[in-house]
Amino acid sequence: MKLTNVLMAVAVSATVGFVSCKPKDADIKASIDKAIQENGDMKGLTVDVKDGVATLSGTCGDEACKAKCAGAVKGMKGVKDVINNISVPPPPPPPAPVVIAADDPLAKAVADAIKDHPTVTADVKDGVITLTGEIKKDALKKLMPLLQSLKPKKVANQLTVK
Amino acid sequence: MALADKYKALTDAAAAAGISDLAVREQDGILYVDGTAPTASAKDQLWNIYDQIDPNFASGDLVLNVKTDLSAAVSKVKVTTESSNLNIRKGPGTDQPIVGKAAHGEVITLVSQSNELWWMVRTDDGEEGYAYAQYLTPVV
Repeated sequence: MKLTNVLMAVAVSATVGFVSCKPKDADIKASIDKAIQENGDMKGLTVDVKDGVATLSGTCGDEACKAKCAGAVKGMKGVKDVINNISVPPPPPPPAPVVIAADDPLAKAVADAIKDHPTVTADVKDGVITLTGEIKKDALKKLMPLLQSLKPKKVANQLTVK
Repeated sequence: MALADKYKALTDAAAAAGISDLAVREQDGILYVDGTAPTASAKDQLWNIYDQIDPNFASGDLVLNVKTDLSAAVSKVKVTTESSNLNIRKGPGTDQPIVGKAAHGEVITLVSQSNELWWMVRTDDGEEGYAYAQYLTPVV
């Protein structure tokens, strides 16, 4: 009986001692979870704590954010180490390059487009439509949208506008 | 991105006009603006702004490729040539033989828009072939 009491006292004091000098994993997790809720950078992250080692998971916008989140957690009370499993999604692909029509189909489509503008001459080379001659303003405003929809590299307009 | 600045009023207007799939890219000193306009007037408005920024489209530093979103419900088109008849051809291209004609102002049936520039049409006389899309206006 006496021995049991002694053992219990030892156990209780050990537990108290443990708690007072070293936060429990659950407490560390709770404080990190609180930080995650309060810190915009850490939004959506999850954390697991085992033996004072915090494992961070989730996604961050970029590498800087990832490092910053790990640094913030590392500085928190009771955290011995941080395993940074935050993933950073790859940046979106750059916009697709502009598609330029090949000269042959382009020249054919340009010929169709200027057919009803007898005062206009068009030359197509390396995707560039060069217009010469003269045109009325109204006709130009009809012709240009058509030509620019043919996926040319450029429309070099040297027309005299009457 | 000086070009993007030069044409900022245009790209802003495009965004405001609800141009879908709007893409603005600069490549080799030329700005390419692509997208689909909800209406023909939205497209015309952009071209008017283009003409204001770059009178007569003379600089050659912008390629504005805005299509008009044609509703799939369109089944009739009106021949809107200046005054002449519209040739209906066997295939898409002015090198194709003429298989029929539609009169100026005539309303004909739109069969297919699978080719952007040349629409497949059918007249009331049953002549079927390709006509130049620029001279066809959807009848709503």
